[in-house]
Amino acid sequence: MVIRVQEISKHFKTVQALKNISFQVAEGEVFGLIGPDGAGKTTLIRIMATLLKQDAGNITLAGYNNIEDYEQVRNLIGYVPGKFSLYQDLTVEENLNLFATIFGTTLQENYYLIKDIYQMLEPFKKRRAGNLSGGMKQKLALSCALIHKPKILLLDEPTTGVDPVSRKEFWEMLGRLKNEGITILVTTPYMDEAAKCDRVGLIQTGNILSIDTPQNIITGFPLKIYSVRSLKRVELLHHLRDMPNAHSANLFGDSIHYIQKMPEPDELTLEAALKQAGYLDAKVERIQPVIEDCFIELMKSQIAA
Amino acid sequence: MVIEVENLVKKFGDFTAVDNISFEVKEGEIFGFLGANGAGKTTAIKMLCGLMAPTSGRGVVAGFDIKTQREKVKRRIGYMSQKFSLYDDLSSYENIMFYGGIYGIRRKELKKKAERLIRKLGLESVENKLLKSLPPGWKQKLAFSVALLHEPSVIFLDEPTGGVDPVTRRQFWELIYETAIEGKTIFVTTHYMDEAEYCDRVSIMVNGRIDAMASPAELKQNFEVTSMEDVFLKLARS
Repeated sequence: MVIRVQEISKHFKTVQALKNISFQVAEGEVFGLIGPDGAGKTTLIRIMATLLKQDAGNITLAGYNNIEDYEQVRNLIGYVPGKFSLYQDLTVEENLNLFATIFGTTLQENYYLIKDIYQMLEPFKKRRAGNLSGGMKQKLALSCALIHKPKILLLDEPTTGVDPVSRKEFWEMLGRLKNEGITILVTTPYMDEAAKCDRVGLIQTGNILSIDTPQNIITGFPLKIYSVRSLKRVELLHHLRDMPNAHSANLFGDSIHYIQKMPEPDELTLEAALKQAGYLDAKVERIQPVIEDCFIELMKSQIAA
Repeated sequence: MVIEVENLVKKFGDFTAVDNISFEVKEGEIFGFLGANGAGKTTAIKMLCGLMAPTSGRGVVAGFDIKTQREKVKRRIGYMSQKFSLYDDLSSYENIMFYGGIYGIRRKELKKKAERLIRKLGLESVENKLLKSLPPGWKQKLAFSVALLHEPSVIFLDEPTGGVDPVTRRQFWELIYETAIEGKTIFVTTHYMDEAEYCDRVSIMVNGRIDAMASPAELKQNFEVTSMEDVFLKLARS
């Protein structure tokens, strides 16, 4: 295991940011830490990047301890913080050369690693980093983090606030880096990005809700989900919630995901009941849950416990 | 029409950020304003909110001209974004009084409004606690309500749900629906494509232009795909 995180806790004043977090990441894996703002993602990644110390627990990266061996850790990781942190007053080229020099390497030495990304940046190489667009800043930050050929890449919310097209491109870039053998730990608030990871940890208010492959999290979902559609969507949502055996009804894009307590209904009975209630265009379909369904259920059971 | 825009253009030097866009949004409509980063959404919104004068074209928002009556536009619209929110070091009550004061609501009336709002949001037990001690979902609902305090006819929501947990995100959209049913117009940007499905109509900006505008169902049909995400990918990549 390249990354071992064991029983990590961290508090800030009265806030317990991380509560006994443990997981491991194998070499060459893409591991996603998925959760909303305030879940503790950034705190955890900063501890791993040796920028913060945990209150309790142990972390090793490629065998090195994040506190005692922080110098070695800094050499073997590439870290891209969520907030753009390069020198805004230096040009693209100057930033890259600065990072290369700090790590005792050159832009040329591991050029193959950043080639694809750098080629998109090259037209702007004389431009100051502060004047780049958001997408270009992100590419520059990633290039700087890769310049010393890190064994492990730590990416804090690289796709937050990024549109679906750029997000897709970014994940394609990560796929190529994975093929180079780099282990990637990435955090994101977008639940749909779970599908791009080999394994994910779902995290909420400092607790890990679940760790597994996205597929196992989905197949492990204990309830039957029905997708229900009608043009009267908002009315239908409230109608479903008020049904005697309702467990939950949530908006999901152009449909509603409906879960009923035991005994679970069959599609036809449910559809007939909705038509009877005046939703003549109601369509009911049994579906596989998505990660967001799983997250919602896990959140609820955590609050209940 | 609450928003009427015709041939709106904004240039910065020789760069055209908004390239001749035209559209209308009617009362009570939920209008999704989508586009890739850098497509010109922020510039367009700044013009609609009276923060920036257009280079050419015309527009009327909430009854006022976005070129010649920008101060009046600002008073008649509501605005909320994920970044620009309330003051963490003030209580819920103080935030309401502060923002209401900025919008020139008379103190007596404002006090009544504040009390009503705190009751409506169920914040009675925490109304004097600093905002930073409240859960993010509550803060978000309060920010939304504060942006509606001066009873604007249209509210601009700029990525209101970024980074929010899936339960809170849905509660927020239910609040948007309730507000639209009351007749307020909602103009919203988002990067969540499932949220695009919640809008009555959606426009998609590409390189400063509006390349598509219709209901989500029509867009999916026109582009022969099954999700808004695919519509977006098809448009922005072509």
